[in-house]
Amino acid sequence: MPFIPHTEADVREMLATIGAPSIEALFEEIPAELRTRELTGIPPALNEMEIARLMHERAQQDGTPLNFIGAGAYDHHIPSAVWAIVTRGEFYSAYTPYQAEASQGTLQLLYEYQTMMTRLTGMQVSNASLYDGASALAEAALMAVRAHRRSKSARILVPATVNPTYRQVAHTITEGQRLSFDVVPYEPALGTFDPKRLAQYEGQDITAVVIQQPNFFGLFEDVDAITDWAHANGALVIAVVNPLSLALLKPPGEWGTKGVDIVVGDGQPLGVPLSSGGPYFGFMTTRMEHVRQMPGRIIGRTVDLDGKPGYTLTLQAREQHIRRSKATSNICTNQGLLVTAATIYMSIMGAEGLERVAATSQQQTTALVEALTRIPGVTLAFDGLRFHEAVLRLDRPVAPLLAALAERGIVGGYDLSRHYPELGHALLVCATEKRTDEDIARYAGALAELLKSA
Amino acid sequence: MAMHEPLIFTHSRAGRRAAGQYPREVEAKVPEHLRRKRPAALPEVSELQAVRHFTRLSQLNFSIDTHFYPLGSCTMKYNPRACNELAMLPGFLARHPLAPENLSQGFLACLYELQEMLKEVTGMKGVSLTPMAGAQGEFAGVAMIRAYHRARGDHERTEIIVPDAAHGTNPATATMCGCTVIEIPSLPNGDIDLDALKQALGPKTAGIMLTNPSTLGVFERNIREVARLVHEAGGLLYYDGANLNAILGKVRPGDMGFDVIHMNLHKTFSTPHGGGGPGSGAVGVGERLLPFLPVPIAAKEGERYRWLDERDLPQTIGRLSAFMGNAGVLLRAYVYMRMLGREGMHRVADFAALNANYLLARLRAEGFDAAYPERRASHEFIITLKRQAKELGVNAMDFAKRLLDYGFHAPTTYFPLLVPECLLIEPTETEAKEDLDAFVAAMVAIQREAEQDAAKVKGAPYTLPVRRLDDVRAAKQLDLAYVEPEQGA
Repeated sequence: MPFIPHTEADVREMLATIGAPSIEALFEEIPAELRTRELTGIPPALNEMEIARLMHERAQQDGTPLNFIGAGAYDHHIPSAVWAIVTRGEFYSAYTPYQAEASQGTLQLLYEYQTMMTRLTGMQVSNASLYDGASALAEAALMAVRAHRRSKSARILVPATVNPTYRQVAHTITEGQRLSFDVVPYEPALGTFDPKRLAQYEGQDITAVVIQQPNFFGLFEDVDAITDWAHANGALVIAVVNPLSLALLKPPGEWGTKGVDIVVGDGQPLGVPLSSGGPYFGFMTTRMEHVRQMPGRIIGRTVDLDGKPGYTLTLQAREQHIRRSKATSNICTNQGLLVTAATIYMSIMGAEGLERVAATSQQQTTALVEALTRIPGVTLAFDGLRFHEAVLRLDRPVAPLLAALAERGIVGGYDLSRHYPELGHALLVCATEKRTDEDIARYAGALAELLKSA
Repeated sequence: MAMHEPLIFTHSRAGRRAAGQYPREVEAKVPEHLRRKRPAALPEVSELQAVRHFTRLSQLNFSIDTHFYPLGSCTMKYNPRACNELAMLPGFLARHPLAPENLSQGFLACLYELQEMLKEVTGMKGVSLTPMAGAQGEFAGVAMIRAYHRARGDHERTEIIVPDAAHGTNPATATMCGCTVIEIPSLPNGDIDLDALKQALGPKTAGIMLTNPSTLGVFERNIREVARLVHEAGGLLYYDGANLNAILGKVRPGDMGFDVIHMNLHKTFSTPHGGGGPGSGAVGVGERLLPFLPVPIAAKEGERYRWLDERDLPQTIGRLSAFMGNAGVLLRAYVYMRMLGREGMHRVADFAALNANYLLARLRAEGFDAAYPERRASHEFIITLKRQAKELGVNAMDFAKRLLDYGFHAPTTYFPLLVPECLLIEPTETEAKEDLDAFVAAMVAIQREAEQDAAKVKGAPYTLPVRRLDDVRAAKQLDLAYVEPEQGA
């Protein structure tokens, strides 16, 4: 019986102290008719050696193919020191810092994280994270509705170049509340959103406009024009950003004349491995004037009885454990362990390191595009300047090609045909700083072979 | 133990870098009007400085690995290292979530089997692993209840009944789903007030959210009657699985009549708490709610695994995360459940209850007041310090802070709200008898201190990196991000 330390003597003494004849007697309050018989559907226990063997086999089954997908999760190098420290028991097995004096490690780290995120995004205040980028967008929409007192419509404009899964999640999470998302079309020839499309909404009551930068196709949007239009039309602006790209790009706090109002995104590129889809973390930063509408935990610096600086959860009156049905959100946990990784990553890499990773990723994607578009049947869909992803058009359906590439140990990209059928046979590819020129040549070679043979 | 570590920013020096981690320098291509003009003021430190700083910070924490951590309702049991190591094997760690299914069979096998095991222990018919936390699981549960009623044309049903003892996420979730919260009282013995329930039920009832054992630490003995009444009124039953550790292998929520349940994998199934996350709030449903489960879900067809999505479940409430939830957490839970196995799954509650009842008996024998003295503890129990607060001026907060000096993380304090000056204590099954005895000894010592020198207890803690913190000032003089003393950030 793993992890249970009790000896038979322990059990005897403890039952005697309790005054119960057996452990069974401790469950006498549960009606007999409800009691479970044997859980036959659960396999017998494995010891650690046996489960390790099984997991090794399963992990090896999937292998470690060469990865060229981005689409919201990015394959960057993570210094070994990051997870060596993150998995220390004092971080790994600590809990929410409810007893602040016994949690100064976690609390100070979160304060440092909040500080770094405000500086990276050019905003004034950050929370201690949300679950992921998609749910963070949902929370931002709800927050905008709460924060924008003059707007009654609860209408949010969302360009179609915003990550389609993020839009789906935002819809699912806000469904029970009075919000509506108006998806505004993009320019299929350019792959970007034209701010002139906003003209049709001029003079209407719009609560917020969402901008993703870079957009889902990896291209740069005209963030200044969109931001200024929104503010001129009385709407708040929600920016959805890749935090690594902010090493190269103007931060949302500096978009347009006034800067945006809420910034969200997924922090995965900052020291969090792909790990089959999660856990990642959502980040949110905003203006100080909106801090009381911001969901999630927030850490503040204060002093103790001796006047020494210390850190603690603050503004808890927004949260579920105090306001219950009137809380800003039902959120309880944050993504503490992942934020720990990101904070250590940002500290080791610094701004210059992030800049190098971002610039190299952009360069390798350009190299990838050049190599692949040399193959007959492969063209670049959009000409514009981009970060580290690109849309390619193929002369035949994408899905079978991806399956064939997978057989060759290459994960070739993300099939856009389901969410963007108007683009035809379109593939979203990504090369980060981890993809070498040899990796790219291998992909190009495999694709050329496949396209020739059919 | 490090007692103080300055902010990382104070270690920064212009030009200092961890050059071994940088790719070669290349020029970025960004249009002028979009280019970042000044680099973000992130730390400029060497790799050693970063390692030393964060290692020292870790030493300022209490954790399960270092301290007994009887936080009620949080289930702070041992987080097996194997779970971490095996979830982080290269094949799982490097895998992109959107990788093709033929390169995901190993991963999908683990998730599918996890779904099946969770169905078995809860008595439910379907499971979705995507909710990323208990609160998201609750959201999924209530959203499915609403979807069910709407699919039947029952648009009037917008009321969710919640006991006053419920965790705050319950009413917050109901509101997030656009429902109205109807609160009903608990009886002095900890059970639900059935008369109040009957009054609250009606044609507008969408459902009821219950925790069993309740947050008061006792088993809801009338659960079958509650289920019958709610179903008869046309409502559905939602089970908050926060206290699943108390009944694992003993009774199944599906058998108690619940239509939907969420599980906290970071509690019952021992995934790491990580300083406040990540969690995982897998959700299980009975027959009625199967069509509405959030996607994606792992499925097995013959010998192959695949994902079910909106095309397979057209009535799904939708997606809760960009990918498939907290995959790494799910793998850890899977490893844990395989290590417990059939026999282990039954024994968890045995020893959780043994430890809780033993600790309760010892504390009562030493003169502490149980909130529900005539009831058995489930896997946790409540001690009230109302008497000490009145007679000695020493309250639950003071005891909690002084316990830290004795080397124990304090139990949960001031929750549930119903019991004044309460300590909600959950030892979990992985603690040895001697550690429980040491905790009792500390409580006895603090009681003695309270009687002889109340001010000493009220001034605790003394031996930690900081003394008691000024929370009022934290909320009034907001300092939420470090601003460099000389120039702005």
